[in-house]
Amino acid sequence: MFESLTQRLGGALSRLRGQGRLSEDNIRDALREVRLALLEADVALPVVKEFIDLVRERALGQEVLKSLSPGQALVKIVHDALVEVMGQENQRLNLAAQPPAVVLMAGLQGAGKTTTAAKLARLLQDREKKKVMLASCDVYRPAAIEQLRTLAGQVGAHFHNSSSDDPVGIASEAVAQARKLHSDVLIVDTAGRLHVDAQMMDEIAAIDRAVNPVETLFVVDSMTGQDAANTAKAFGDALSLSGVILTKADGDARGGAALSVRRITGKPIKFLGVGEKIDALEPFHPDRLASRILGMGDVLSLVEEAEQKVDQAKAKKLAKKLKKGKGFDLTDLRDQFEQMQNMGGMASLLDKLPGGAALPAAAKVQLDDRQTARMIAIINAMTPQERRYPAVINGSRKRRIAAGSGVQVQDVNRLLKQHHQMGKMMKKMSKGKMANMMRGMRGQMPPGFG
Amino acid sequence: MFSFNKRKKLPRDAAPLAQKLTKTRGSLFGGLVNLLQGRAIDEDLLEDLEAHLLMADVGVEVTTAVLSALRNSVDARRAADTNAVCAELHRILVDILIPCEAPLIVSDAQPFVILVTGVNGVGKTTTIGKIAQQLSQAGQSVLLAAGDTFRAAAVQQLAQWADRLDVPLVRQGDGADSASVIFDGLQAARARGVDVLIADTAGRLHTQDGLMAELQKIKRVLGKLDPDAPHETLLVVDGGTGQNAVNQTQQFHAQVGITGIAVTKLDGTAKGGVLFALAHRFGIPVRFIGVGESADDLRPFEAGAFVEALLGE
Ligand SMILES: Nc1nc2c(ncn2[C@@H]2O[C@H](COP(=O)(O)OP(=O)(O)OP(=O)(O)O)[C@@H](O)[C@H]2O)c(=O)[nH]1
Ligand SMILES: Nc1nc2c(ncn2[C@@H]2O[C@H](COP(=O)(O)OP(=O)(O)O)[C@@H](O)[C@H]2O)c(=O)[nH]1
Ligand SMILES: [Mg+2]
Ligand SMILES: [Mg+2]
Repeated sequence: MFESLTQRLGGALSRLRGQGRLSEDNIRDALREVRLALLEADVALPVVKEFIDLVRERALGQEVLKSLSPGQALVKIVHDALVEVMGQENQRLNLAAQPPAVVLMAGLQGAGKTTTAAKLARLLQDREKKKVMLASCDVYRPAAIEQLRTLAGQVGAHFHNSSSDDPVGIASEAVAQARKLHSDVLIVDTAGRLHVDAQMMDEIAAIDRAVNPVETLFVVDSMTGQDAANTAKAFGDALSLSGVILTKADGDARGGAALSVRRITGKPIKFLGVGEKIDALEPFHPDRLASRILGMGDVLSLVEEAEQKVDQAKAKKLAKKLKKGKGFDLTDLRDQFEQMQNMGGMASLLDKLPGGAALPAAAKVQLDDRQTARMIAIINAMTPQERRYPAVINGSRKRRIAAGSGVQVQDVNRLLKQHHQMGKMMKKMSKGKMANMMRGMRGQMPPGFG
Repeated sequence: MFSFNKRKKLPRDAAPLAQKLTKTRGSLFGGLVNLLQGRAIDEDLLEDLEAHLLMADVGVEVTTAVLSALRNSVDARRAADTNAVCAELHRILVDILIPCEAPLIVSDAQPFVILVTGVNGVGKTTTIGKIAQQLSQAGQSVLLAAGDTFRAAAVQQLAQWADRLDVPLVRQGDGADSASVIFDGLQAARARGVDVLIADTAGRLHTQDGLMAELQKIKRVLGKLDPDAPHETLLVVDGGTGQNAVNQTQQFHAQVGITGIAVTKLDGTAKGGVLFALAHRFGIPVRFIGVGESADDLRPFEAGAFVEALLGE
């Protein structure tokens, strides 16, 4: 559902690649793109602003060395912040109450309350073996009660028939009836209402008081735009909401309303409605939704992998060494190559990055993993002294190293030249803040090496 | 058979008509202008205007275009005060919508067929009730066809409207073939010499190919009896919808050729700004706006009033 947001972020973040570190300057563009992407995804403007501030704050404090690239660092920050704002994983309904546990459905017209009430009834009956009763307080919309009665029949739940035309009365009656029939759960459907309709908001508050629900669920259409923020605020003020259900998530809406509503009510999103049929209800996974918003499932698993595999201790040691003004020797270079290998190689790494697949084939050839292996072999063929002080490597030593690693002398020359250039660059960078070795290295890789 | 349940209330009329009108015609010169009164014309001001448009669901693309047009003309005309800036903004926005200001004209086709489509829960059935009332009041005879054979009690919902408005309804059992019900409707309308047939359909997401194909089938079947039918294929869009309305319109238009749009639920705080993107991209006439749940709550679309409501607080 959220593809476009993804593409945009992918574009913005891939432009960040090749930058040395996260700074106010180099993340400005990316953050602008993130902002636009969130707006296009219908996240409410105030929520967007707040979110961007959060990301900026975190990004600027970030030690880039810990991760693969500034781009990835930012992806991770954006993703983690999204997951955090989206809230808890797979929240279930809380039914811990003296039976009948009452669930109250609330929301705008056409949001999906009635359908969702039936879906929840089915879920609780089938999965949790609960005895469920359904009741409708929608005395307004034509055939609304009939709709729920039909759905109750379909899911095999008891339907509370009432002869009253007073919504609060129906609700109280239903509670008494559910108690009498020893129902475990009573789900109370209400008419759709606008948050600016004071009379109707008073009515639902009165229903809320009459039935004392354990769960008051705000049902919101995933296609909703900016107004989601206003309605969420008003419903949240009128009722003590316990959760949110996002419906019609089976379409291609980017679903930014989920973020707005979650942020503004502070209540967990508990389920997604993913179809019109009564079994089309899924538990909510914040990481899934965030990853989906970012469209970066692959990237994220990669970032996690990288976090585990990159030897952070080594990286820190190197950074320290560089800071003290000590040289970048061939052992350090080998460490960098090895870390690259651990991550499944440069080529696969790039393919996983947003926009990476679009890199020209020629650029990828340069990053052939066999080259990495060959360079490591060359360094391995050196003595510790040669690695520490490459200046001692004269013509005869070069021939020995080439023979020892099965390469041509030119290859050894190239490696030494590359190391020399990188050393210079490192020195420059270490005068600034942290350096990202691998980023630099990629830029320095001579074409057609090997 | 469905039995009309007397105890059910008619849809409430929460606010008197005049009040609803002011809601949708929120005065430009009471809203944004007051808010900006006395401020300098600078980047800050433009940013606030940008925020206002974004929060009205105008969308990034159109907002950016509108702002750059506004910048240019404010510069060119050396706008002296915020009133002038607002007036200019108003003009730019109205210009986008004006081409879509084309009311539905019921020709003398016998019958004139209106096919009503849209995603789930946008207000199709309610809008049908409202249009039926307007046409009846204008002296046209109307017949409704209960083409939503999928959603629970959808037929009964339309049946209650028919009953209330005292217009005839053609229906089959639940789960019947929608195209077949609507075909029946057209035959009945012809036989009875009815002026307008309005066909309801089940809500469907524009991403559901099978269901979109079903709509095409409905059109095909209607075309067998009258090559010009449906004379109007109306897409109902919920005014609270964000940028997804663009995808909806694009898909429905591509699959069944939309000839008119109705925007509903503008009686709340949603501004329906995505309409600018729709106007810009598709230029489909906007026939109606819905401003409540009662039969009377339907208005012709007017670009000026719409923009004023959007700019007003
Ligand atoms: N595709 C899809 N359609 C849904 C979903 N949930 C509900 N719907 C459809 O959305 C429409 C409105 O659903 P209802 O359950 O009647 O919504 P409501 O909030 O009770 O509406 P009112 O009572 O009229 O305010 C119906 O056509 C449903 O079939 C969903 O998750 N996906
Ligand atoms: N406030 C408001 N509610 C509306 C409007 N139009 C429709 N509705 C409500 O929206 C809900 C869905 O409408 P319905 O006609 O059943 O939608 P359908 O599924 O597209 O046929 C119902 O509760 C209607 O009463 C409107 O203009 N304003
Ligand atoms: Mg309902
Ligand atoms: Mg309907």
